[in-house]
Amino acid sequence: MAIVTTSKKACSVNPLKMSQPIGGSFAFLGLRGAMPLLHGPQGCTSFGLTLFVRHFNEAVPMQTTAMSEVATVLGGHENLEQAILNIYNRVQPEIIGINSTGVTETNGDDVEAFIRLIRQKHPKLEKLPLVYVSTPDFKDAFQDGWGKTVARMIEVLVAPVDTARPRDISRVNVLPGCHLTPGDLDELRTIFEDFGLKPSFLPDVAGSLDGHIPDEFTPTTIGGIGVDEIATMGQVAWTIAIGAQMRRAAEAMQVRTGTPFRLFERLCGLIPNDEFIAFLSQISGRSVPWKYRRQRGQLADAMLDAHFHIGGRKLAIGAEPDLLFDLSSLLHEMGAQVSAAVTTTNSPVLQRVRTEDVLIGDLEDLEELARSRDCDLLMSHSHGRQAASRLNVPFFRVGFPMFDRVGAAHLTIAGYRGTRDLIFDIANLIITDREANHGPTPDTWRSTCGGPQAHPPQLH
Amino acid sequence: MTSLPTTIQDVFNEPGCARNASKSNVERKNGCTKQLKPGGVAGGCAFDGAKVALQPFTDVAHLVHGPIACEGNSWDNRGSASSGSDLWRRSFTTDMSETDIVFGGEKRLYRAVKEITEKYDPQAIFVYQTCVPAMIGDDIDAVCKAASAKFGKPVIPINAPGFVGSKNLGNKLAGEALLEHVIGTAEPDYTTAYDINIIGEYNLSGELWQVKPLLDELGIRILSCISGDGKYREVAYSHRAKAAMMVCSKAMINVARKMRQRYGIAFFEGSFYGIEDSSDSLRQIARMLIERGAPAELMERTQALIAREETKAWAAIERFKPRFAAKRVVLITGGVKSWSMVAALQEAGLEIVGTSVKKSTKKDKERIKELMGQHAHMIEDMSPREIYKMLKDAKADIMLSGGKSQFVALKAATPWLDINQERCHAYMGYVGIVKLMEEIEKALYNPIWDQLRQAAPWDEFDRNRQARTVAQMYVQAADPVRDASKNGVNTISLSNESEASGGESAIAAHGPNLARPAKPCTNSTARCVACKDIRSDLQPPALQAAE
Repeated sequence: MAIVTTSKKACSVNPLKMSQPIGGSFAFLGLRGAMPLLHGPQGCTSFGLTLFVRHFNEAVPMQTTAMSEVATVLGGHENLEQAILNIYNRVQPEIIGINSTGVTETNGDDVEAFIRLIRQKHPKLEKLPLVYVSTPDFKDAFQDGWGKTVARMIEVLVAPVDTARPRDISRVNVLPGCHLTPGDLDELRTIFEDFGLKPSFLPDVAGSLDGHIPDEFTPTTIGGIGVDEIATMGQVAWTIAIGAQMRRAAEAMQVRTGTPFRLFERLCGLIPNDEFIAFLSQISGRSVPWKYRRQRGQLADAMLDAHFHIGGRKLAIGAEPDLLFDLSSLLHEMGAQVSAAVTTTNSPVLQRVRTEDVLIGDLEDLEELARSRDCDLLMSHSHGRQAASRLNVPFFRVGFPMFDRVGAAHLTIAGYRGTRDLIFDIANLIITDREANHGPTPDTWRSTCGGPQAHPPQLH
Repeated sequence: MTSLPTTIQDVFNEPGCARNASKSNVERKNGCTKQLKPGGVAGGCAFDGAKVALQPFTDVAHLVHGPIACEGNSWDNRGSASSGSDLWRRSFTTDMSETDIVFGGEKRLYRAVKEITEKYDPQAIFVYQTCVPAMIGDDIDAVCKAASAKFGKPVIPINAPGFVGSKNLGNKLAGEALLEHVIGTAEPDYTTAYDINIIGEYNLSGELWQVKPLLDELGIRILSCISGDGKYREVAYSHRAKAAMMVCSKAMINVARKMRQRYGIAFFEGSFYGIEDSSDSLRQIARMLIERGAPAELMERTQALIAREETKAWAAIERFKPRFAAKRVVLITGGVKSWSMVAALQEAGLEIVGTSVKKSTKKDKERIKELMGQHAHMIEDMSPREIYKMLKDAKADIMLSGGKSQFVALKAATPWLDINQERCHAYMGYVGIVKLMEEIEKALYNPIWDQLRQAAPWDEFDRNRQARTVAQMYVQAADPVRDASKNGVNTISLSNESEASGGESAIAAHGPNLARPAKPCTNSTARCVACKDIRSDLQPPALQAAE
């Protein structure tokens, strides 16, 4: 069992963490016709927006209540009202998703009350869903903001259940964590559909941020799950939550509608996918399609081919809890040793990471741990690139943000197929590094008399 | 020490800015940028502007005092280049927690400065104020003063919390911090008659190095560049320069003007974008240095160098002429920063069919007419939707703009090139303009455009099928499924989706009106007009066919 500690530093150096409000906005980006709105100064939105645009290489809708110093003193009611009206008049969204920021939380803006007043004053907004989530910058992290926001969406948008009607057993609710990419969601969608199940992904960032080219220009999100579909999610037989961060949302669904849920903490790796596929077979009453029996075989073969390269590697990984848990477990199961693990926020899965200790810290911590523990593979989002180049170890980019590579939206790690490709990619990275940096020389194994033993090349 | 509101008013009252000088007193008090509209487009905040302006100082630790959002969401996002230290690329933040908000963040800030000093021992530490600590009253000036005294190194407060205004204001507040705390605090080892400052140049993609060799050749020394590839000590002794060039429009005009006031350093506003501007700037530098005592022969050498470089550049551009004939460019940028860039584009044979004039003055607009003729399309404030339509209707062959409108162009299958700060190519000086031409040529003639502008083949089938279905409906003999197999085509959007596994359930789940041709079901709202009707007509039989 890993010991979880929190960094005691006053100064965070090279942060791994991103803020909670933009995790919330990210969740709203998975809704169709949505406009995420940060209640705070314009910079909060501008930074978040830039981050999403650089990661996805897509236009991203996101708005601000543009709180100025004066507005902060007076309270944000008027700014929120103006923002909602301006958005309503200019882009006719299907929903506005509001997250608070550090400024408006420090201020103590009662946004729920503001929204009630705004609705009273402007009856034309009656039909427009407004979902507000409290997400102060100075608490928690990106994945918490996502999790809270999805839970709140369920509380506000899912219609009460008609108990007289039977539950729809052909449908399934899917609550994916923010560590799943559009590529992951599309992979899962195909799997569900192959079992004859109709999935409702909440949120569905694959619909909005997969890069497809719409026929018309749209100032809101260009796809994602519709508010109408969310409303019907209560009538569905099962909820599947992916990642421990989604427990809160799954429970919210259960409380509101009585829909039972099954939480899958991981969808990367052989055993987790066996459980997942077996579960789908159970709830759908269909036997596992031939396609997945084959894919399972392919993954097994990938594990055979790649274990020579991955086995024995000392991994340093920095990621948000659910992604950290998923990936470090996979690599542990491939024979790698998880030597350094750094994450952003607390989570029940951290204790079960297959390593000695998990640190809630930053990329400086990860770099130092990787150096002192002699790690030879580094995984994190793109911000880890500087550390990797200083350490001179192979670097595998994973998670958000990934701003220095293209195709981040389609990096797929879920399912047998996603796991298979991930294993190949990591093994190939290691092979490339070995050939480039660790070739033998005539003096590699020569011991000089009395001198220190020459460092042997790392031939794994 | 002046208070932040006073500094802001002082910054707004900028006599060096022509536009500002023409305003009334009331207008001036309101500042140089439009008041922000909630629910309008979100630009950067004042903190963003300050950080952008100062971060290129390479040997400084930039410490952001605030919650994680301000730094965690934004670090390592600028393409400045450094010839030395990489300290500027590291990120330092106090990552304030709830406890800090309740009890105040000053102690944490002080400890953070201590940790940085011990671990990284930088030349200086810049401490950036942000909104939340400003609200709770953290006095960063006092903390910096105390830390400076304790650790014996400059700890400079940069007082530009995000909510005081725009990015542009932040640029200027950063300049004020330099004027108040840094400039004039050190002396250079030696001075020459050829020492200049370059102000407001950030060395993005290393573009300063496209020009520096020319200055080197002339024996002109960049005493200090504020802030591209800058070093703390260089700014500290920048007051010993003989002349200054101010780049990047008005972002740091207060620095240039106040340095003239305080230290008598004459400055001019110039640019190294485009051939003529580059030559003008070199001549200006030479002229100003000569006025301040440099030997007159500097001008002769400068003229000779300009003649040589211009000949080379124009010759290099010549080869693009046949490739650019009749190609139309639309320029969307915050006021055309360099007219000579436009001139060079035109010289190469490109036709400028439109340019944004949102930030241009009346004089600028006259200049546009002069340059581009009476028919040039001046775009006041075009919504993305309008730009998209303009490009879709093929009114231009390429768009040059900043990153924000990138996807509007690309999704309209129109070549696009980044000419703002996020770009990854360097376009400065005589080599830079030729590089720009190369990039335009590459973008225009990339083979992807022809492919992307072709509709998917089944769009045509769909249209035909739709017509046929309608006709058949009238004769009440519609059997679309058999019809499809008869034609040997199963590429109408419906059956195409059905091929992708489980498409049928996706359709049923979302109803018939959300047509997503040729896409796996992703809840897209992209509607295909051509097959919307056909879908509702054909759904039940097609589903049978798929199963």
